[in-house]
Amino acid sequence: MPVVIGFEGSANKIGVGIIRDGEVLSNPRRTYITPPGQGFLPGETAKHHRGVILTVLQEALDEAGLKAADIDCVAYTKGPGMGAPLVTVAIVARTVAQLWGKPLLGVNHCIGHIEMGRLITNAQNPTVLYVSGGNTQVIAYSERRYRIFGETIDIAVGNCLDRLARVIKISNDPSPGYNIEQMAKKGNKYIELPYTVKGMDVSFSGILSYIEDAAHKLLSTGQCTPEDLCFSLQETLFAMLVEITERAMAHCGSQEVLIVGGVGCNLRLQEMMGVMCKERGARLFATDERFCIDNGVMIAQAGWEMFRSGHVTELSDSWITQRYRTDEVEVTWRD
Amino acid sequence: MDHSDSVKASVPSYLKEAQMIKQGAEARVYRGTFLGRSVIIKERFPKLYRHPEVDEKLTRRRTTQEVRSILRCRRAGINAPVVYFVDYTTHCIFLEDIIHSVSVKDHIASAQASEQNPQHLQTLADKIGETLAQMHDEDVIHGDLTTSNMLLVSGAEDQNMKLVLIDFGLSYISALPEDKGVDLYVLEKAFLSTHPKTETLFERLLKSYTASSKKSSVVLKKLDEVRLRGRKRSMVG
Repeated sequence: MPVVIGFEGSANKIGVGIIRDGEVLSNPRRTYITPPGQGFLPGETAKHHRGVILTVLQEALDEAGLKAADIDCVAYTKGPGMGAPLVTVAIVARTVAQLWGKPLLGVNHCIGHIEMGRLITNAQNPTVLYVSGGNTQVIAYSERRYRIFGETIDIAVGNCLDRLARVIKISNDPSPGYNIEQMAKKGNKYIELPYTVKGMDVSFSGILSYIEDAAHKLLSTGQCTPEDLCFSLQETLFAMLVEITERAMAHCGSQEVLIVGGVGCNLRLQEMMGVMCKERGARLFATDERFCIDNGVMIAQAGWEMFRSGHVTELSDSWITQRYRTDEVEVTWRD
Repeated sequence: MDHSDSVKASVPSYLKEAQMIKQGAEARVYRGTFLGRSVIIKERFPKLYRHPEVDEKLTRRRTTQEVRSILRCRRAGINAPVVYFVDYTTHCIFLEDIIHSVSVKDHIASAQASEQNPQHLQTLADKIGETLAQMHDEDVIHGDLTTSNMLLVSGAEDQNMKLVLIDFGLSYISALPEDKGVDLYVLEKAFLSTHPKTETLFERLLKSYTASSKKSSVVLKKLDEVRLRGRKRSMVG
């Protein structure tokens, strides 16, 4: 019954989580929130994480009612993500592993999302839509790899949403995406936006530059409200995501969809995906904000799977990397 | 009547009489008759998950692009189904039924499973490369190149292998090497993720493409660039 602790801080969320045989013992998290109109930069994000990580670590242990000796393995995010924050978290993980005399495990962030999604929802072999501020991929498991069937050829969908939020100065608390979702509910006028699907891939840079440019004109001439812009952007972006997911499902003959990643919290996206699934007779699986948004226990869970199947990361290999493809990892814990 | 009810009520009679053979991501495919011939009817049905305006604009655009691209290919001698008729109110396209055929996807899968003559798959790779080169030289971008969208007409010997391209739903006309490079990139990803361990086969396909196309070097350079884009992109969050 290994107990694994996981450290995650690849973007502006810093989380530490503990898991034991599929049971979440604790999962505290903090978010670095910038003022409206601003994004988060690596150096400042790392500084934020440094300031709170030890507190969050202590919370994780206290909530789980455990001491260092009870932990069997220390998992951390090896990548992908932003350099400075990744380093900050890796340093703490390495130090703690050495202090406690426990093995270390470097985990791929994307796989953390997938494994947590599988655990929570019990989806058997789903087509996974992984959507966040930094990633947009459609993934399916095949022959020991999480293969990327479709992805963005430029920016992530969450990034596109976050940048619209900056342009129209929406609050980043609790997250720009959440606030766009609330505003979109009050919008009803559809503004035509570019729609770009290329086979199984999507492209968001075109729609972003269009809306960044058009937003000011449309708002100042009163042609639409900010709520209408949020509504139109969501309807277009999410339709593109549902479309590429459906293509992958048709290609693989899959009857399950699992949505993971921060943008997966969005109820409108879940609703649209649900309608598509219903039409195909497929099942939709999604998690709530505890596990959709970056968190420590998802790293612990992926670490648990890896640890059980014999992986260990030597100290000399415990570096971090900003670029780490989901399909680079050999998934030895599944057949 | 809400949106989905009004949509269901307007099913045309020719669809009611036809036999549905597939529900793809884009459309439903039926087998029916039209003017005495066996036809495939491709119906782009309304996607209820989309906002109605997004849906109508997109569906109309795709139907038009598909038909234009198929006609352009056919005029250049590339094998694609004959277009008999288009119903723009229901977004249905009536196409030639390519009988006695198997998708390249199924063909490769069964060839790999039975560990048949590898030379046969090499010839197939050559043929695909050649056909795509022809298509790109016509400035037709397929937009959704996968092994499910290529049919192999059976009964033809290796020399007379007949490859038919289908599903031009995401296609458009473009002379840009960038678009052709992306077209090949889409195929490469679909190919390698569906048929593991076929890297050398795909290399062969690209070699054949290079030999057959007049404008291949710029396109392949773009393909390299697009491949790197996927790899080098920083993934955050």
